[in-house]
Amino acid sequence: MPNEGAAILQVKELRTVFQTRQGDVHAVNGVSFELRPGELLGVVGESGSGKSVTMMSLIGLLPSPPAKVTAGQVVFEGQDLLHLSGNELRAIRGAKIGFIFQDPMTSLNPVFTVGFQLMEPLRAHMGLSKTKAKDRAAELLDLVGIPDAKRRLSDFPHQFSGGMRQRVMIAMALACDPKVLIADEPTTALDVTIQAQILELVKELRHKLGMSIIWITHDLGVIAGIADRVMVMYGGQVVEQAPVRELFSNPQHPYTKALLDTVPSVRGTRPGKLQVIEGQPPILYGAPSSCSFSERCAHAFTPCHSQNPPPVAVDGDHNVACLWDVSEGAPRHG
Amino acid sequence: MFTYTIRRSLLAVPTLLLISLIIFLLLDLAPSDPTANLPLTIPPEVREQIRQSLGLGDPIHIRYLLWCKQFFINEPLNILEDMFGWQIGGDRLRVLSWQTRSPVVDLIVQRLPQTLWVVGLSYILGILIAVPIGVISAYRQYSWFDQIGTFISMVGFSVPTFFTGVLLIVIFSVWLGWFPSIYDTTHQVTDWSSFMVQVKQMIMPVSVLALYNASQISRFMRASMLDNLTQDYVRTARAKGLREQVVVLVHVLRNSLIPVITVIALGVPQVFGGAIITEQVFKVNGLGQLLIIAIQGGDVPVVQTLTFIFAVLIVLFNLIADILYGVLDPRIRYD
Repeated sequence: MPNEGAAILQVKELRTVFQTRQGDVHAVNGVSFELRPGELLGVVGESGSGKSVTMMSLIGLLPSPPAKVTAGQVVFEGQDLLHLSGNELRAIRGAKIGFIFQDPMTSLNPVFTVGFQLMEPLRAHMGLSKTKAKDRAAELLDLVGIPDAKRRLSDFPHQFSGGMRQRVMIAMALACDPKVLIADEPTTALDVTIQAQILELVKELRHKLGMSIIWITHDLGVIAGIADRVMVMYGGQVVEQAPVRELFSNPQHPYTKALLDTVPSVRGTRPGKLQVIEGQPPILYGAPSSCSFSERCAHAFTPCHSQNPPPVAVDGDHNVACLWDVSEGAPRHG
Repeated sequence: MFTYTIRRSLLAVPTLLLISLIIFLLLDLAPSDPTANLPLTIPPEVREQIRQSLGLGDPIHIRYLLWCKQFFINEPLNILEDMFGWQIGGDRLRVLSWQTRSPVVDLIVQRLPQTLWVVGLSYILGILIAVPIGVISAYRQYSWFDQIGTFISMVGFSVPTFFTGVLLIVIFSVWLGWFPSIYDTTHQVTDWSSFMVQVKQMIMPVSVLALYNASQISRFMRASMLDNLTQDYVRTARAKGLREQVVVLVHVLRNSLIPVITVIALGVPQVFGGAIITEQVFKVNGLGQLLIIAIQGGDVPVVQTLTFIFAVLIVLFNLIADILYGVLDPRIRYD
């Protein structure tokens, strides 16, 4: 279980814009959250809700231009990552903060062996010698459950299946024992059985290595299975944050509710049609001045279109950014 | 890979034989007359005798087979004899030029060094200039460097070498008088000052061709880099905390070079073919010029032999390009 304590990663009021010919697109609009030691934070939302962009902004992985982090603070080990030089940031990337990406088919370099790619971060960050790096790389492959690890180091990515490649990606992210692992939809491109294997692997590794994980996904089932806390994002903002059980049993934001309603039930009679949330997430050409979900919200009332609701604590760890109180069925008071 | 190479090489034999036949038939169809360049005072019946003596009276299949025998059997045997000092059989008929009456192979051996020096050097220079320009242009896409580089390469690619060549001659030979407008192939390099003369006369032809080659290759390089820079594995490399030089010059460049190297390999036969036009402009008497003169003089054996050698080189470098592709890209397996 996550031990309560000082947050390992603290993000405050992060804002990212993409400068395009049509104007600035505001992709991340004042996102604040914290990640506690040993915790697995799930991040959910539709495509285009700013999940990935937020996490990439943290560590300067967005191509700039067009992306630009305009405001905010990202505190990691007492440093603000947004004000570090390129070299200082590189020393953290891959060493203290690891990444796993969505598509294992394209995320590995096709012309280098898996061993070479695994040894790169080891040699760059830990300064290991070639033979030591090789031993460690074999250890890592073994750790993520790739059989015959030593021999497979000299294989190329195309000689691995999709699930195995994602294991390699995980091994690469874990190479330098990171404190934080950011997993950007790591199971989206995999079929369900492989997905289940990868989830099991992450669960196991997490307890073995004791790191904090940010898990981005649109799959609520995955979140229910592994997350400790969940952050729901919409329009580049955090609309609701809560411990996982609380979120699933007592969703406060109409968007969270709508998301949960879209999950088809496997029990009872089969409904005629799958539930959907009508409409599209907005593309924001300006900082939001109203609730960005108001256009699609069933509960929207006048103030929703003119003010952007700040997050309000519901109880304890649960907060929501909405003017409507679901439990009362009426507008929220102060 | 080995069996693939063998298979491809064996397949090349019938291909090349067919090519040699097609070249021969095409040349036979051409209405050229080897005696046309002779003085008008020669009476027609003498001209006819000259034609008969050149073997033009024989039926076409006999002429073709004779050329095949001379080229595929006699000439290789001659080369073997020269190399090892053997004596195989007696006198053999060689492929003779109708214009000069000297063996075609000897002509080629005479001309090859000039072509390799001027055209080969310009090719290497072009590659050395093009690859870094392509890499930087792509990495800094739409920057000033890229805009200027793309503009120059577009100009270099689209303006023909006979224009840039003459332009350089006008500016640097006629107006400024820095470089000679004619390439002197009899010039011997013996000391520093004669070396400088050689460098001076090479500068213009080499730079005209290097500009052309560099523009072509840098466009390939840039496009290939741009394709690869946006790939997911680049983001992975950055996420690993690698330095930007490593990301670009190891991860991206290695992938981007695969198509470019095959393009470079496919361009090598053109080096041997000589830059026909540029050699003509600067009076470099290399292979390209030999071919032009032979075509003008209706010298069929020279044209036939040269064109066939180019065909061999093209087939050979196609094979080399395919093999290189397999070597560079681990995903490609031929066997």
